[in-house]
Amino acid sequence: MSAVENPRQISGEVLLNVEDISLSFGGVKAIRGVSFNILKGEIRAIIGPNGAGKTSMLNVINGFYHPQEGKITYKGETRSKMRSHVAAKQGIARTFQNVALFKGMSTLDNLMTGRLLKQREGILQQTVDMLLHAVYLGPAKRQEVVERKVVEEIIDFLEIEAIRKTPVGRLPYGLQKRVELGRAIAMEPELLLLDEPMAGMNLEEKGDMSRFIIDLNDQYGTTIALIEHDMGVVMDLSDRVVVLNYGEKIADGTPNEVSANQDVIDAYLGVS
Amino acid sequence: MLYRETGQFKTSYSADQAIFPIFQDRMFILGWLIVAFIAVPLMASEYWFQIILIPFLVFSLATLGLNILVGYCGQISLGTGGFMAVGAFSAYKLATNVPELNIIFVILISGLITALVGILFGLPSLRIKGFYLAVATLAAQFFLIWMFNKFGWFVNYSPSGSIAIPPMEIFGVMVTSAKADPVARYYLALGFTVVLALLAKNLVRGPTGRAWMAIRDMDIAAEIIGIKPLATKLKAFAVSSFFIGVAGALYFSAWSGTAESDAFDINLSFNILFMVIIGGLGSVVGSFMGAAFIVLLPIFLTNLFVGELGFSALTAKHLEITIFGALIIFFLAVEPHGLARMWQVTKEKLRIWPFPH
Ligand SMILES: Nc1ncnc2c1ncn2[C@@H]1O[C@H](COP(=O)(O)OP(=O)(O)OP(=O)(O)O)[C@@H](O)[C@H]1O
Ligand SMILES: [Mg+2]
Repeated sequence: MSAVENPRQISGEVLLNVEDISLSFGGVKAIRGVSFNILKGEIRAIIGPNGAGKTSMLNVINGFYHPQEGKITYKGETRSKMRSHVAAKQGIARTFQNVALFKGMSTLDNLMTGRLLKQREGILQQTVDMLLHAVYLGPAKRQEVVERKVVEEIIDFLEIEAIRKTPVGRLPYGLQKRVELGRAIAMEPELLLLDEPMAGMNLEEKGDMSRFIIDLNDQYGTTIALIEHDMGVVMDLSDRVVVLNYGEKIADGTPNEVSANQDVIDAYLGVS
Repeated sequence: MLYRETGQFKTSYSADQAIFPIFQDRMFILGWLIVAFIAVPLMASEYWFQIILIPFLVFSLATLGLNILVGYCGQISLGTGGFMAVGAFSAYKLATNVPELNIIFVILISGLITALVGILFGLPSLRIKGFYLAVATLAAQFFLIWMFNKFGWFVNYSPSGSIAIPPMEIFGVMVTSAKADPVARYYLALGFTVVLALLAKNLVRGPTGRAWMAIRDMDIAAEIIGIKPLATKLKAFAVSSFFIGVAGALYFSAWSGTAESDAFDINLSFNILFMVIIGGLGSVVGSFMGAAFIVLLPIFLTNLFVGELGFSALTAKHLEITIFGALIIFFLAVEPHGLARMWQVTKEKLRIWPFPH
């Protein structure tokens, strides 16, 4: 993690653009012709009632779902189908609505897995690296120490020093969410997708999580797209909000614009 | 407070990342190495080497190999026996066709050949999981044994269908065949087992092991953080099969001296799997515990039932199988992390002993 020169400056440069995305599962149309963009450096919220297609949208962005229609342009490159590990390599990280940690591993090891995508590519290099790690000498040992330092910085940042060596399966839900955020940060992403990072948290935990998100965006210039149901949080955190309902985009704008929009009010009140 | 981390502060990440960061663990390993390399050869009899020690080492290595695949990477395999056969038959072909090749290289190359076979049979793991993968590896098991039976080439067309290791030397000391001193054969097996176990320990605690465990714990999340599922699984198949192949080569060259393909049948696969389960899924030291347990248990039970209680050999055998089954169920139901976990719990208790609160 390295701090950028001019934090908190949204340049207007488009980092991600989704255009006319449609996704269906058999007969269920999860997303219908949705377009929006995410600017470099902003915090973009995606909101909407349950089943609106928010999670599906994130899954499309990081290559986990392949939309039937539409275009995704990331960092100026338009792609059709992409495996999610390729998206990760290109700088897209995410957390999940239901925590998806590696339960058998410690906090430290979970965060260390976030560093795996920094490894060298190619069968030959990977085999050589594996052998070097097996004898744990020279470059392999140095590499481990370097990665560990990066991860320890994140541990400090998220204030989880005390649970460093605890298997994550034993942690309470709120802390698991924090560790999952840590794993995503360890990937040093350019675009971080957060699916309901504060679900199931108490007020204090929500406060902490908001602080981490703001600091991350502020100090490291990470672009963030987050799904959140708590409107207070959305108002406080986000620069712009896109609202989905039944798979369609019904509003897009600043938090104030969106909350004054009649369609949004209707959608949330269940008027169709 | 016999076992404690308190007071052992690490002043650098590299110290915290040493292979055995806790002092007592270092002493524990060192103690075992001294016993294995010095005390045992001085004291053990030929019976001990042949019935307990050498098979224990061979099976430990095979268990460790299977544990890498099943315990660390979460990919089930019932083909261990078949892969050990690949190791054994490769060693035979190499030793008989390239007599000038040193036995150390014979064994290493046998491991590499097995790794290639393992990669081949690991390919379906991208598409299939769990039960279906188990069935696919079962097919590999039967196919391999059938192949070694079917084609005389593998046994140099010996009419009996069995293979025998020629006498081979390391630095002028005979280490294989009945002509070799059991101590020499023991050292051959011990050397490979110790070195490979240390390498395995380093692998599983490093990036490779983390990728394996990530795939094991949640493969979807693993892919989303940039881990390539196929490459990671194939690495596990390759490393696991290498270990199992070396174990097979040692089974044949350091232990039995002669072998037929049937020695590596499905029963052996299950036995090694039981060693993994009893020792502890995802534990290097557990692999040794599991192997020790399953090598020693039948000897202990036979002595007890036949020697002490005067049962017939057949009754004793039946009782043994029953006890075996009960133990497997016990471990699966009560302690899926096996003896290694029990050992860990004991250590945690020792940490606060004698003040439990
Ligand atoms: N893998 C899938 N298979 C079938 N249907 C799916 C799948 N994933 C999502 N859906 C459907 O797509 C629609 C949108 O789901 P999605 O999870 O994207 O909603 P959401 O906005 O995230 O809702 P929530 O706020 O409840 O998390 C729902 O009708 C859901 O049932
Ligand atoms: Mg959702």
